[in-house]
Amino acid sequence: MTRIGIVAEAPGETRVAATPTTVPKLIALGYDVVVEAGAGSASSFPDAAFVKAGAAVVDGATAWSAPVVLKVNAPMPGEIDRLADGATIVATLSPALRPDLVESLATRGITAIALDAVPRISRAQSMDVLSSMANIAGYRAVVEAAHEFGRFFTGQVTAAGKVPPAKVLVAGAGVAGLAAIGAASSLGAIVRATDPRPEVADQVASIGGEYLEVVVPEEAKQVSSDGYAKATSEAYDKRAAEIYSEQAADVDIIITTALIPGRPAPRLITAADVASMRAGSVIVDMAAGQGGNVEGSVAGEKVVTENGVVILGYTDLPGRLPQQASQLFATNLVNLLKLLTPGKDGELTLDFDDVVQRTVTVVQDGAVTWPPPPVQVSAAPAKAAAAAPAVVTPKKTMSAGARTGLIVAGIAALFAICAFAPPPLPQHFLVLTLAIVVGFYVIGHVAHALHTPLMSVTNAISGIIVVGAMVQITVPDLTVQILSAVAVLLASINIFGGFAVTRRMLAMFQKGETR
Amino acid sequence: MIAVAGQVAGAAYIVAALLFILSLAGLSKHETSRRGVVFGIVGMAIALIATVVLVAAGAWDQPSGALGLTLLVVAVLVGAAIGLWRARIVQMTGMPELIALLHSFVGLAAVLVGWNGALYDTGLTGALADIHHAEVFIGVFIGGVTFTGSIVAFLKLSARISSKPLMLPGKNALNIGALAAFLVLTVWYVITPELWLLIAVTLLALALGWHLVASIGGGDMPVVVSMLNSYSGWAAAAAGFLLNNDLLIVTGALVGSSGAYLSYIMCKAMNRSFLSVIAGGFGIEAPKGGDEEYGEHREIDAEAAADLLAGASTVVITPGYGMAVAQAQHGVADLVQKLRERGVDVRFGIHPVAGRLPGHMNVLLAEAKVPYDIVLEMDEINDDLSGVDVVLVIGANDTVNPAAAEDPSSPIAGMPVLRVWEAGNVIVFKRSMASGYAGVQNPLFYRDNAQMLFGDAKEKVDEILFQLSRS
Repeated sequence: MTRIGIVAEAPGETRVAATPTTVPKLIALGYDVVVEAGAGSASSFPDAAFVKAGAAVVDGATAWSAPVVLKVNAPMPGEIDRLADGATIVATLSPALRPDLVESLATRGITAIALDAVPRISRAQSMDVLSSMANIAGYRAVVEAAHEFGRFFTGQVTAAGKVPPAKVLVAGAGVAGLAAIGAASSLGAIVRATDPRPEVADQVASIGGEYLEVVVPEEAKQVSSDGYAKATSEAYDKRAAEIYSEQAADVDIIITTALIPGRPAPRLITAADVASMRAGSVIVDMAAGQGGNVEGSVAGEKVVTENGVVILGYTDLPGRLPQQASQLFATNLVNLLKLLTPGKDGELTLDFDDVVQRTVTVVQDGAVTWPPPPVQVSAAPAKAAAAAPAVVTPKKTMSAGARTGLIVAGIAALFAICAFAPPPLPQHFLVLTLAIVVGFYVIGHVAHALHTPLMSVTNAISGIIVVGAMVQITVPDLTVQILSAVAVLLASINIFGGFAVTRRMLAMFQKGETR
Repeated sequence: MIAVAGQVAGAAYIVAALLFILSLAGLSKHETSRRGVVFGIVGMAIALIATVVLVAAGAWDQPSGALGLTLLVVAVLVGAAIGLWRARIVQMTGMPELIALLHSFVGLAAVLVGWNGALYDTGLTGALADIHHAEVFIGVFIGGVTFTGSIVAFLKLSARISSKPLMLPGKNALNIGALAAFLVLTVWYVITPELWLLIAVTLLALALGWHLVASIGGGDMPVVVSMLNSYSGWAAAAAGFLLNNDLLIVTGALVGSSGAYLSYIMCKAMNRSFLSVIAGGFGIEAPKGGDEEYGEHREIDAEAAADLLAGASTVVITPGYGMAVAQAQHGVADLVQKLRERGVDVRFGIHPVAGRLPGHMNVLLAEAKVPYDIVLEMDEINDDLSGVDVVLVIGANDTVNPAAAEDPSSPIAGMPVLRVWEAGNVIVFKRSMASGYAGVQNPLFYRDNAQMLFGDAKEKVDEILFQLSRS
């Protein structure tokens, strides 16, 4: 049974890698859970709650020496040394941005799993901390902006005059951007959003935002194949920059969320754009930690420009909602461990044939396994498009001419029969034809729900064959009489059974009000 | 005496035929449906009484009359008892089987009537005798096909035999060959009426009926059942020709044409050619793209599903055959009631071919006392689906398959389906990831907004109910 250590984060980080809700789930996977004393205090999870959930509260050294260590942020250099030999650490490692960290983890001969490297495929969504944290951060960014902004978000008409609604621009409609759009529009603001991926337009509209498309006529727009926005072309960038300049002069609040994995954040809002904004406007640069989308933003700081624009570069936005951020983060962790513990026996195993497990593993037993081979997220559409035109069998429909021909032939045959057949036959055919037409029209508008009762009634009615059998039953021939009796018996079952079952069925149909 | 009885019976037959027409017309609407059944029953009663009086008047003074009348009364009473008993105990989920079985009775009765027509001497001569012989053959043939076809349908529907389509080599040639052989035998019999020919044609008809239905897959059963319904009508009409009885012709033709039209409606709902279903061809194309990667599906548990439902303001439920199999209709009805009490707008979307009988789902939901005005047809609800928060797909598969609408190379391409994937969330109740009856993989399960709830539909619905009542 492997022990999992939940260690306390460095000061300033409010989140924790496990909560009293997720501890039992870890235990159910076969693990033993120890929690460093005070690890959850910043997110209002007291030690007592962890104990109640089944974890042991221990000191820092014990927690760090566990074979599996779960953590929110990447370990500090000093902390790496506290890990046991051959241990596994699961945390947010940003391997692409921090080769030094990967290197130092590798020298310790341990296994390191980066939660933020989860590929963006549907199956892995439940483990994607970037998404779950971005969602929280996007919401919080709006709250922070509202806090700094000296006005209402929603427009109002009051006895004391009219208040215009705030205008919000959200740059980047990823998870964080969408969360921000949703939060801002539900506060009543007019929300606009930009994103290099035109396919997000519907998503933006669905939560109340207006998508500003960057129209670059000469280039075909690319649909991203790995779920992230790609670095874009020059012509595109130029037009996008114009849009940002236009919008900066118009809106009250800008929230930027643009990140490109493994690269510094793109510069979207220039100092000139910021200078064009009205005093009292607020910018939240959610990419400040990765270099910033906004010129002049400082990671972790609030900056007020000369013209009175507030630029927030907070990097701890998820941590400002510590309880739920911890909860979601910890649930992502549990989902990852479920994948890594297929036997639910407390044995952590890595299967490199599985694309998710391969991608998140940054260091295995001291060997650097980063970067992983690329993962294609939306492979299906391209394949289908290629295969589609191959076998389309044209539907056979009768031509109008052939149909008319058939009808004419049918009428001619009927005419011939009636004209030349001996006496009883033409009369029978007349009856037959009329009955067919009547049957056809009578059924024409049957409600779909009544198909079954209709069928069982027609079934009962077709028991009318009993009449034929009855007529034959008095013929002076015993064989015929017996056969007729059997036929009468069968047809009677049909008649009585059919009508009875139909009545039973119809009695069940009822309208809403009678309930 | 006999002449008077004949006249009275003739008049009664006209009244009965009229009542049958009114009965079918009444059954097209909910409001008039019960009256429709009453018309049918009255019509049948009039026809039976008139026939008994006619038979009694004609046979009273004959030696075989007394025996015949006794047999008649006993047979009717026994038949009535069996019929009423079966109708009382049948489960609503077992409706398709019962109806298929009842069709087989009509088929068998038609065969017997045809044989009787051949066995006693009618005293006809010349052209009339030839026509009589041909009529015997046609009656026996249609009856035989209806009989074994219905038996196979019954066996398939009650899962006594596999519902997979039987694939004999050259089956279209077999069917056409059987028809050709029937024509040859008929001509032969008209020329030299011999008993072995009658036996041969009976066996031929039985074999053809068996083969026809055996080669049709389970998913096409609604069409098959209504086709057999139509056949049983034609069998009665053929008997009418044989016996010079207009009531049989009228009634048989009514049932025959209405059944055929119903099958046609169903075929249109599945975007299939009528002939190809009757010839039993669907689903033979090797299920293309079976091993194509669609990605991964997501699972959900009953608790999360209950949360999702509790938070929704509009819910649509699309049931399929799986709901009938799991007998989940009562649980579903309770769920609907609970959600409606919470102010959730719940509706049902019924695909025309959901289940194994036309209108099967409606009957099951009615049995569970779901009010029929929230049970909507596919066309009524399809355009609303994009605004729905949660869709519950209970035991349906092919009828909600996006491939039908989006993948032109799919075997079910062009079949109208419920566009559930446009809704905010889709929860699919399913026993496993297996394909539906069409053998076509369903990309819906891999959509981002779709989640799978594996397990028995009834148990899962009950679990959701429990979770809902706790919260």
